[in-house]
Amino acid sequence: MAACSVEELLAKAEREEAEKLKSITVHKELDVEFDIGNLLACDKNRIESRDFRGQKKEDFLRSLARDNTQLLVNEIWKQPTERVEEAIVVKLPDSLTPLPREKPPPKPRPPTKWEEFAKLKGIQKKKKTNLVWDETAKEWRRRWGYKRAKDDTKEWLIEVPETADPNEDQFAKRVKAKKERVAKNEFNRLKNIARAQKIKVPGVGLTPTAQQSKDDLSKAVSVAKTSTASVGRFQDRLPKEKPPKNTGKKRKFEPLIGNFSNEKQKQLDMLKLMDSKKPKLDITKAVNKQMREEDREEAAAKYKKGAGKKGRKGNMPGKGKGKGGKGKGGKSGGGKFGGGKPVGGKFGGGKKRGKAGKH
Amino acid sequence: MTQSDGIVKPKTKRSKRFLESRAPKLTEDVKTAMIMKGGNTSQTVTQALKDIYALKKPNAVLYKKKNITRPFEDSTSLEFFSKKTDCSLFLFGSHNKKRPNNLIFGRLFDFHVLDMIELGIDKFVSLSDIKLSKCPEGTKPMLVFAGEAFDTDNEHKRLKSLFTDFFRGPTVSAVRLAGLEHVLHFTALEGKIYMRSYRCLLKKSGCRTPRIELEEIGPSFDFTLRRTHLASDDLYKLAHRQPKALKPKKKKNISHDAFGTKFGRVHMQKQDLSKLQTRKMKGLRKRGGGVVSEDQDGQTAKVAKVES
Repeated sequence: MAACSVEELLAKAEREEAEKLKSITVHKELDVEFDIGNLLACDKNRIESRDFRGQKKEDFLRSLARDNTQLLVNEIWKQPTERVEEAIVVKLPDSLTPLPREKPPPKPRPPTKWEEFAKLKGIQKKKKTNLVWDETAKEWRRRWGYKRAKDDTKEWLIEVPETADPNEDQFAKRVKAKKERVAKNEFNRLKNIARAQKIKVPGVGLTPTAQQSKDDLSKAVSVAKTSTASVGRFQDRLPKEKPPKNTGKKRKFEPLIGNFSNEKQKQLDMLKLMDSKKPKLDITKAVNKQMREEDREEAAAKYKKGAGKKGRKGNMPGKGKGKGGKGKGGKSGGGKFGGGKPVGGKFGGGKKRGKAGKH
Repeated sequence: MTQSDGIVKPKTKRSKRFLESRAPKLTEDVKTAMIMKGGNTSQTVTQALKDIYALKKPNAVLYKKKNITRPFEDSTSLEFFSKKTDCSLFLFGSHNKKRPNNLIFGRLFDFHVLDMIELGIDKFVSLSDIKLSKCPEGTKPMLVFAGEAFDTDNEHKRLKSLFTDFFRGPTVSAVRLAGLEHVLHFTALEGKIYMRSYRCLLKKSGCRTPRIELEEIGPSFDFTLRRTHLASDDLYKLAHRQPKALKPKKKKNISHDAFGTKFGRVHMQKQDLSKLQTRKMKGLRKRGGGVVSEDQDGQTAKVAKVES
């Protein structure tokens, strides 16, 4: 027995190994596809219906399921494992099968009118502190909300301004002003939503404003005139009344039969227009565009330069505040470089700033 | 919905949170299913709905009352219910003379019906008919599809996708190995679909991977395919569209070849060869007066490929 060779032992070990593996190996003609992320297997092999009829149905299905599951389990056990709280977990990769979403992906909120304006002008948001010092109460209080600092709703006495009507209720005035501000804000919010969804807002000509301009009035007149049963057909004109601006024109159709030469001319004109690929230059539009572009560039430059600078630049001519001057003094070098940008005389902001730094 | 459009502002934090939970998200929650029955149902269908509810449980809503609708004729009421309960999968059971023991599996996209597939139950064994220990509720099942029809036939392909969507449970990053005990096996054979549910027993095999033994726990169905309503290709594509933010960002300067070897591309500054320190010799020493002519020998290419 001692003479048993190394080869024999090796062969025996190999056989044992094969025996062990035999219990977990399954042979399939076509490879089974796996999607471990979903614990999913797909067996594309053709199932012999003869086998199916021959055996008992349930047993056949179970043996088929066993084989497929064994293959899936083999695949799962190959994934990297780790121990989490005395349980062995296997990390699953991302799923491969594309499945439809439940809802469409969220869209970014379109910018509001203010946000657009702020971007154009390079106005940045700045964080306000939550607490402010209240001079009268001599303590730190919230900027907003319950028990806020400088709360003007809680005053029991209001001084009547000299110019105001002495019989006017100042408390009611304040409340009304607040309500109007809230309503205006809500109106703007709704307008922003309407703009984002490209819905036309009705009744733009009749929205109440604090001070109506001449244009507003004329618009209101024209709206009132057309608001009759006959759409203003029989309304009298006022003396020296101008025709309403920006109202829709009615389409007019040419007669079907008649002036052929006119029609021909029209068609030829259109063809000519289509043939010449030169775009028409709208001077006002182009100028406006250019101005906007310059504005935006300037805003971008400002943003780049004064990232640490807070708030508006107090470079108005009448506003000679000490603080503003100091702030600019530190930035004088920057102002000089910024002013070097070739902008027209109209956009003299940079230059002015440079000067302010010098004195 | 007007509320989700942001026109009606939520007045309380709670309602805001609620609306946020309903709003579309980048990575979506688990799809929930609503399970309901039509005007007339047989005992088989009612039991089948209950059993499927048991399989799907934490992510499903079982409707107790009848809902007299016909999804293939008018799906508006389904869409209404899906909006109400925020479900995007549905299972509708009904029974009538023309289509006895009828189940409709379906899913919705953006509260509109995407796919609907009608299956007739030929044979049904309930979960309670088999007296064996069951899997715990909420187990993520292993799904196995067998049969070439699932790969060739268009309707079967869609059915496979629908079943995967319906039964796969939550998407998880890791799973406990001992918890893999539920197997759902779908076999497409001779125009029928056999759905079987097994409990998976992990036996010792002598090596790391265990040997699998299966025992049937139910419910088991023999389905025949009836009517189908499949989404048009462009809607189907739209529903599959992934947002840009979820797509993995492409990493620059890293590539792989056919054998999986990783290549890195390194961008380097142009080397100043005049300052290169070479071997020090007395003859080459710089002298104060003489200016060494700038050497302009061919500088190598900017980009060098480095195998990492």
